Amino acid sequence: MRVALFVTCVNDALYPQTGIAVVRLLERLGVAVDFPAAQSCCGQPLYNTGYRHETEPLLLRTAAAFAGHAYVVTPSGSCAAMIREHYPRIGRKAEREGRGTDLADAATSLAPRVYELTEFLVDVLGVTDVGAYFPHTVTYHPSCHGLRGLGLGDRPRRLLAAVKGLDLVELSGAQECCGFGGTFAVKNPDVSAAMGTDKIASAAGTGAEVLCAADNSCLAHLGGLLRRADSPLRTLHLAEILASTEEEPPT
Amino acid sequence: MTSKDRILARIRRAVQQPAAQTGPGPDADIPRDYLRVHATRTPQERVDLLAAHLAEYRARVHRTDEDGLRDLLGRLLADAATVQLPPDLGFGLPSDPSLTFVTDHAAQTPRDLDRVDAVVTGCALAIAETGTIVLDGGPSQGRRRITLVPDHHICLVRVPGQVVDSVPEALPLLDPGRPLTWISGPSATSDIELERVEGVHGPRTLDVVLVAAPDPRPDPDPRPGTQ
Amino acid sequence: MTRTDLGMPAFPEAAREAVRDGVLRANLRHATHTIRDKRARAVAELADWDRLRAAGKAVKDHTLRHLDRHLLRLEAAVTAAGGTVHWAVDADEANRIVTELVRATGEREVVKVKSMATQEIGLNEALEAAGIAAYETDLAELIVQLGRDRPSHILVPAIHRNRAEIRDIFRAEMGRWGRPAPDALGDDPRELAEAARLHLREKFLRAKVAVSGANFMVAETGTMVVLESEGNGRMCLTLPETLISVVGIEKVVPTFRDLEIFLQTLPRSSTAERMNPYTTMWTGLGPSRGADGDGPSAFHLVLLDNGRTDTLADETGRQALRCIRCSACLNVCPVYERAGGHAYGSVYPGPIGAVLSPQLRGTGSAIDASLPYASTLCGACYDVCPVAIDIPEILVHLRERVAQGGPVTRHGIRVRIRPAHGHTAERAAVRAARLLLDRPGALRAGERLLARARRLTPRRLPGPGRAWTDTRELPSVPAESFRDWWTRERGTPQ
Repeated sequence: MRVALFVTCVNDALYPQTGIAVVRLLERLGVAVDFPAAQSCCGQPLYNTGYRHETEPLLLRTAAAFAGHAYVVTPSGSCAAMIREHYPRIGRKAEREGRGTDLADAATSLAPRVYELTEFLVDVLGVTDVGAYFPHTVTYHPSCHGLRGLGLGDRPRRLLAAVKGLDLVELSGAQECCGFGGTFAVKNPDVSAAMGTDKIASAAGTGAEVLCAADNSCLAHLGGLLRRADSPLRTLHLAEILASTEEEPPT
Repeated sequence: MTSKDRILARIRRAVQQPAAQTGPGPDADIPRDYLRVHATRTPQERVDLLAAHLAEYRARVHRTDEDGLRDLLGRLLADAATVQLPPDLGFGLPSDPSLTFVTDHAAQTPRDLDRVDAVVTGCALAIAETGTIVLDGGPSQGRRRITLVPDHHICLVRVPGQVVDSVPEALPLLDPGRPLTWISGPSATSDIELERVEGVHGPRTLDVVLVAAPDPRPDPDPRPGTQ
Repeated sequence: MTRTDLGMPAFPEAAREAVRDGVLRANLRHATHTIRDKRARAVAELADWDRLRAAGKAVKDHTLRHLDRHLLRLEAAVTAAGGTVHWAVDADEANRIVTELVRATGEREVVKVKSMATQEIGLNEALEAAGIAAYETDLAELIVQLGRDRPSHILVPAIHRNRAEIRDIFRAEMGRWGRPAPDALGDDPRELAEAARLHLREKFLRAKVAVSGANFMVAETGTMVVLESEGNGRMCLTLPETLISVVGIEKVVPTFRDLEIFLQTLPRSSTAERMNPYTTMWTGLGPSRGADGDGPSAFHLVLLDNGRTDTLADETGRQALRCIRCSACLNVCPVYERAGGHAYGSVYPGPIGAVLSPQLRGTGSAIDASLPYASTLCGACYDVCPVAIDIPEILVHLRERVAQGGPVTRHGIRVRIRPAHGHTAERAAVRAARLLLDRPGALRAGERLLARARRLTPRRLPGPGRAWTDTRELPSVPAESFRDWWTRERGTPQ
């Protein structure tokens, strides 16, 4: 099987280790990975801030970059939800505005081929034990767009629970948003920080060593708060835990 | 142009429909695949569920038959002196000489009612799934104010005949032209820290008496809501 | 909406104060978490919840599509049953109608049942200006009125007050309005409710005029429906001689049967009960046309537009008119929980307020332009909404209106609005970002530049970046982007 990796702009620029982990993990599971270089940002930060028209060229670019790939895998529930939920919406709005069907066609062609990483592992590959080893106590925060937008359900937790050596502890109030919210984090910094502070307090209260999520944007926010508070709790993307083996622990 | 015309014109522009458009009937596009009832129950189970749900919201629930009703009412009215009645309760009353009964009449003011200790009425029907009794101003219930101003309401429900399973079963049996009062437990508020407190403006004590007695209503037409 | 609201600071500034108020945070957290869990249990009892939700949505959508016909049908039915129907294009007209109706009775005071519509139009203030005293009779509204406060929640307007604060308000203020609070009043909710009972009873017994809203109006029969808990609604709806109901035009449902959906979903969503203690349904003046003394002898229905038809004109935004004011979205909203209701600068706070206020009032003021951004788009509100309003979708849609401008209907006229003030710099930045992101070559160059300067990354950013670095560290910049790693390891990508 062959997939195209949509690494996302945040991971490309700031969290390359997450992209690398996805490549290692998928290859270990026998999947060939392509990285179409024409990819960039899905446009979510622009779209969610109200700049739909500025988002449109990025929609077309993303759709073109992944044309011809049956499976597009991304380690971000948020970017997957952008493509699956919002791209078709952008297409419909453009049609209603009398600007033709190019955007709608591009959106409907790409949307069904996009898989968030845990969906791809559980639903397409049919695995929950990916042969990982990670001897640490971990608590998992389900990011909102994965949880409610994509309906990932317990897929991430099932994958984590199957990791050798990993002790998964429940996060209280897990389903509550961490307060990142894209530009919300800087447009409403006080509420954002208050939500994040409550979230890291819950996470610290579990006694876990690692706070894990499947979206690095949420972890940038939570990790930033943790480091400012000099907390020993560290953040790690789910892909990095799943890629981890006895021979190759995460960096 | 009147405000009415202006609002109607704005609506038609907003939904882009001409005034005379003959669209689908009111029900054409409503999926009604929700449940009519949430379980199949025997009449007895229905009554038990009603009792449980009423009690959960702090109504006091009693069970008796026509013979036992007089004594039960006597006990429930032990602290009362003046008792309000609807035009025709349809049940016999305790013959305790210390009780004064007042029958609902148009000249009774809210202030008169404020001096009454308790009120005894029947009901139009009761709904098991929600723990609700419904009054429709019939002869066994009287005007709405008599069950509102006095602090103690005793409501008699003929079981099992007056008990229906659910809200969808109840509505077809009610006449929307009549004033309807749905009562689910005594007056309550959650306005302070979202903590439920029973007893604000309506009767603070609600006694529901489930009387094993035939329903005097003629058999209702085949219920339109039942499938 | 009241004019004072529109002078409100934008949401972020108002929320900043609330976030720092420890008592408020604790009050809100306690209350919203209590009701949130209870709602989840009440909803879980119904195996067909999703179908009831879909049906409720469909009824409301159908009604909105044919709103003109349903309103005319309602008017005919109410009139046939002895009521009088008035139509009000905006708040001023509604206030004028109600004031005249009260004046015509010769009364100088009215009792009120909690009503969002009358709060929205500022009716109490308008009546006061005309020398008419309006007494709120819902316990929470009483707390707000006595405290000269503003409501902060749709269902529980005094949710921001704890029991001790309420006791202090009752002790200090009840005497000025009528029967004073007992001297030894404690802060047990039972005692407080009892004090309210005694204080208001006198008003109920003497009231000649009442003003209400309604949860539903049935077009087919002309039946009005009010759900409540305390009995103050029944008092106002049945004891006075004149009843005036001010109701938004979107509150109509086609048939009596449609209530079978909403009477199941509304109580469970709002107070988390199987059924609220009292529901009153009345049709005009009843079978005797008011002659039997059961209920008022005069009934007036004021149908209120006040921005609703403008909202209806927007294909994405109109779903907000499905709202049945249950407030489940407030109770699950993590932003509401921290910012409190007052920060939303409207009688409609929380997620639904953030989509309703900027549509009913327009996005012209600072507060209304900021409301669409008062959300992380986490989607918890959409999940719990009993009529499936996709609040995040509308929020993004309204952000567009603020950031890009575009077509919008105001006062019945289709206009094209310009982007809101204060977004010029943001728009330039977004454009620059898009140009960069749309050129992977340039993006790669930018990433390399950043990587080279990674040791220089400051802990605190100047300007707008402070909003991040005041409370959070920046992510550390890697030595190499993923793109460069891939090229180094795997050669040039496709």
